[in-house]
Amino acid sequence: MTVTVSPHRRDGDTVPLIMWTVALALFPAFAVGLYVFGWRAGYVTALSVIFCVATEAIIQKLRGLRVTVSDGSAVVTGLLLAFVLPATVSWYVPLVGAIVAIGVGKQAFGGLGANFFNPALLGRAFLQFAFPTQVSMAKWPIVAGVTGYGRLACDVAGSVDAVTRATPMALLQGKPGVPWSSIVDGSPFGPPMVWLLPGAIAWVLFAVLVIGAVVGVYVSVRTEGRLAAVVGIGALLLFGVMPTGDISFGMIPGCIGETSAWALLLGGLALVYYRLINWRLPAAYLVTVGVLAAFLPMKTAGGEWVALQWGRVMTHVLAGGLFLGAFFMITDMVTSPLTSKGQVAFGILAGVMVALIRIYGGYPEGVCYSILIANAARPLIDKYTRPVVFGRRPPKAAAA
Amino acid sequence: MATHVRKFHGGVHPVDPEKARTRSLAIEDIPAPERVVLALQQHIGAPAKAVVKKGDAVKRGQPVAEAGGFVSVPIHSPVSGKVVEVGTCRHVLGMDVPAVVVENDGEYTNADGVGEAVPGADELTPEEIKNRIRDAGLCGMGGAGFPTHVKLSPPPDKPVDALILNGAECEPALSADHRVMLESAEGVLKGVAYLRRVLERDGKLPATYIGIEDNKPDAIEAMKHARLNVDVECEIVPLHVRYPQGAEKQLIYALLGREVPPQSQRGLPMDVGVVVQNVGTAFAVHEAIDLGTPLIGRVLTIAGDAVGKPANLRVAVGTPVPGLLESRDVAPDAARVIFGGPMMGIAQYTSDLPVTKTTSGILVERGPIEQRFDPCIRCGRCVEVCPMQLVPTRLSVLAEARMYDEMAEWGVIDCIECGCCSYTCPANRPIVHQVKLGKWLLAQAQKKARAQQEKEKQGKGGAA
Repeated sequence: MTVTVSPHRRDGDTVPLIMWTVALALFPAFAVGLYVFGWRAGYVTALSVIFCVATEAIIQKLRGLRVTVSDGSAVVTGLLLAFVLPATVSWYVPLVGAIVAIGVGKQAFGGLGANFFNPALLGRAFLQFAFPTQVSMAKWPIVAGVTGYGRLACDVAGSVDAVTRATPMALLQGKPGVPWSSIVDGSPFGPPMVWLLPGAIAWVLFAVLVIGAVVGVYVSVRTEGRLAAVVGIGALLLFGVMPTGDISFGMIPGCIGETSAWALLLGGLALVYYRLINWRLPAAYLVTVGVLAAFLPMKTAGGEWVALQWGRVMTHVLAGGLFLGAFFMITDMVTSPLTSKGQVAFGILAGVMVALIRIYGGYPEGVCYSILIANAARPLIDKYTRPVVFGRRPPKAAAA
Repeated sequence: MATHVRKFHGGVHPVDPEKARTRSLAIEDIPAPERVVLALQQHIGAPAKAVVKKGDAVKRGQPVAEAGGFVSVPIHSPVSGKVVEVGTCRHVLGMDVPAVVVENDGEYTNADGVGEAVPGADELTPEEIKNRIRDAGLCGMGGAGFPTHVKLSPPPDKPVDALILNGAECEPALSADHRVMLESAEGVLKGVAYLRRVLERDGKLPATYIGIEDNKPDAIEAMKHARLNVDVECEIVPLHVRYPQGAEKQLIYALLGREVPPQSQRGLPMDVGVVVQNVGTAFAVHEAIDLGTPLIGRVLTIAGDAVGKPANLRVAVGTPVPGLLESRDVAPDAARVIFGGPMMGIAQYTSDLPVTKTTSGILVERGPIEQRFDPCIRCGRCVEVCPMQLVPTRLSVLAEARMYDEMAEWGVIDCIECGCCSYTCPANRPIVHQVKLGKWLLAQAQKKARAQQEKEKQGKGGAA
């Protein structure tokens, strides 16, 4: 008879299952990336995944370890690294990024589970300095004159029709009081439907969203998160039909996987539903950015301080890399805190960093650095949010 | 009535097709075998001391061993016959313990007073009831086997105002308690009435709750129905189906909102004024007083994926397990025998053990389970499910690094080894194993340190 230690049952979940599910959840965003940026998005993504997997396999071979690339974690890193690169980068950019992400960001710490920083973001941060012109242009070449939602494609062929367009975040950079409409007017983003509606209806819709969010949070707490996913699907529908048009659908310039808040939310909700991520973490992150975007005062060119800017909320939350960060980067299990409480603190910290970098910093995006900074604070957050053992009385009572 | 029931922290909800199979199986009475092997250590505490020798004739219900101290219970023979051996047998924890082997003469001649109600049961004083319970060899039948009379003897500085009957039976696959409640509800309630009387203090009976997981609506109904016939003031509370709902500390919290201090503070339910008894124990109290029968038999579940015919059986204490499995259609490729439930049961290298007072179930399973494990990916599920609110991943990683002293700092002693962490771990980490190892090594180190101190003290004394 075989002797094994209890428990004699397992729930059957495995690390590979988790990683491959995450990879699958990234698919909607990838599909939008392909649609918007063309075949080159697929090319860059494939390169990035191959380089990440190869780097992991080679290092594990060299270290004499079991090669664990089939667990899917390197594939996820590869996908995420590609998703924060524009589709126009040269082939060696994902190569260098993969080596830094897997080699330095993950294997140097001891491999899966031992790293402090999100490997993909560490790779991206390195590329920021190594190839600044390739990875962080404020303007992206796009092909004009496409149909539908103002479909964009990368100017990979150097087409004569090409025009360059700024990303929404770059448009906002350093400019206080830019109303939503000015980002949209005359741009290929298409008209956001809510602003075409009479003001009162727009406000009613806004109120419905807010009330829905409050009810959603309450219901989620009561049902341990499963319903959060269901409520989120409501948000998906709302995004789809009304207020944000092309921005939430992702028909805007940007990196491969970051443009479509809608697709990212779809994948993210799947992860919430399967309990692979804790909904509190993305919620804390997104809400913090949204609130700070509304309230942080900025100085106008005339030297005047403008405090309240509702128009910024949706842009900051939906445009740029925030959704990708909120559902797939900051929620990385290895580099986020263990407890719910810690994860909320972590999300808020990262959210504050995003808002500070975007609004006061000299850089239009803040997601990457905000998460890396929060990663660095993670051990400290874990330390201060360590749960109190059930029944352990405060020392005073115990002594008495 | 029961809408105020709290949820304890964490826990898991194992998929449990086996319970669905075993819950509907009525208890079968199995005749005692030709030989019964009575281990003298079936409870927590000092082993019982044999009072018979080879060749002695014994009657049914006659003690073959007396309590070896206050925290100990006597052991009785479930059959009449002859003592053929005073030797040893295997214990579920792996060691050998003293045992008395009795050959069954098939007559079942009762010893004096066995099978008859204790005269004047209604007028017994609390002390008399307690003595009766002690002499009947009662210990907790849920698993640990803590002597019942000790639990019923709270020191004067720890007043007990609540009695909880544990009918949660949260372990998957097992249905023994369920069937007892269903088939012997009145007996359970009669036992509860005696328990209440023992705990009477200043003329006040303890508030009494019977906690039953709400996946057993028939048992809840049966108990409520029985209450119409037996005059016991108690609340029958449906509990959330969530493992480990039946763990003492979690059960008390769910019912009363009181937090028992953890093991590192030597916390006991009586510290928060509560006594918890298993429903099976309450039934045994009824048998001991109303029928004069000491604890010589119990109900257990036989299940597991290698068992063709699972069953709930009432068997004599001391029945060797291989005989019980014979008629249960066990698959030839069975690879594991587990005493207890799937979550906390203890795997044995052989099925050749006798049934004891604490054997609530026997599982026979196929195939070994995967032992290889991955690095922790810090998913935090173990932290989420830990009912003691520990950080199991930390304990696991520290154990891997052999940092056992740090494990103490992270509360390894407080772990109740319920197994939720290992159950849910996607990296298949053997967290419970590591915790058990850590506890054991810490205890060894402590012992060593204490011995060292003694030696130094003696050395000093000698020099002076």
